[in-house]
Amino acid sequence: MALCLTAVCLICSSVLAGVYALTFEPIKAASQKALEQSISAVLPEGLELSSAAVANQGGQTYEYYTASQSGETAAYAVKSTVIGFGGPLTLMVGVLADGSVYNTSVLSHSETPGLGAKCTSDVKFMEQWKGFPANANFAVKKDGGDVDAITASTITSRAYTLAVKNAVDVVKSLSK
Amino acid sequence: MSKLSIITKGFIKDNPTFVLVLGMCPTLATTTSAMNGLEMGLATLFVLVLSNMVISAIAPLVPDKVHIPVYIVVIATFVTVLQFIMQAYTPGAYQTLGLFIPLIVVNCIVLGRAEAFANKNGIVDSALDGIGIGLGFTASLTVIGIVREILGSGSIFGWKFISGDGILAFVMAPGAFLALGYLMVLFNKFVKKN
Repeated sequence: MALCLTAVCLICSSVLAGVYALTFEPIKAASQKALEQSISAVLPEGLELSSAAVANQGGQTYEYYTASQSGETAAYAVKSTVIGFGGPLTLMVGVLADGSVYNTSVLSHSETPGLGAKCTSDVKFMEQWKGFPANANFAVKKDGGDVDAITASTITSRAYTLAVKNAVDVVKSLSK
Repeated sequence: MSKLSIITKGFIKDNPTFVLVLGMCPTLATTTSAMNGLEMGLATLFVLVLSNMVISAIAPLVPDKVHIPVYIVVIATFVTVLQFIMQAYTPGAYQTLGLFIPLIVVNCIVLGRAEAFANKNGIVDSALDGIGIGLGFTASLTVIGIVREILGSGSIFGWKFISGDGILAFVMAPGAFLALGYLMVLFNKFVKKN
């Protein structure tokens, strides 16, 4: 009885180890590709990208990439995670050297389908981040800010806004 | 029982969702859109076919006292394999289904088929049973997903036919119960009878 269970567990774990080894490279490649796509989506074209670096801001660490043109820093892509409505919401935020937002893209989220999940598809909400000025009021209109929230998804919109604000703050402290 | 009827019984006579009423948790949670329902159904189908085959092969060797732990280990192995594969080749679907992929392990349909069919039948029949029940589950989930997507978001498979929002409740949990309940009524009234 114990022998049978041990044998089954041994066989199963070796199968898993094999599949893990086989899929390790493709999984890495897939997540790397997703990351690169999101970076190129949020930054102006034709810039030279540095490798990842880490910044500390307000007790949280942020991974960021510096994009430069002929040796001068032009923009940053900052990976920013906050807690949304259904769990962590991770954005890639492209910020120009002057602190204004170039574009944003969602890396991963667990928002409600049909409501908060619209932060990846709602054109009006997503377009407003293009060229969002550094000195704007980073809060949804309901809270007296400048951000148009997604209908019926105020919590997601607030979280998204906070994630962008954090990214902009990181860039502000970097370019000091 | 003919080979063909082993497959077709999963759609009507032994439909896992509307007749056996098994696997309700993933059914309610993942059918927010037709595509999500379809993906979840196919993921379950994959696990069901492979676990049914392996369990029917090893069933005579497994002592009765430990048969459930052994089946669960086999099922969990296939679910983890599926998770690795989806992460590598369909990261989009992996992202949407997220938590519900590992939860296939505790889906009653998979263990239910192992107990009720695979440990008494041959490998080929068990594979066919997995295909039949898996396709039945996929079809039910897709239908629920279609209904919820039409009512909740005004679209089918992501193609929007009305502008603006649908009845938002149908995208959320209460709508899942409503859609499932009414579909079950219709199924029992019109399909199961004959």
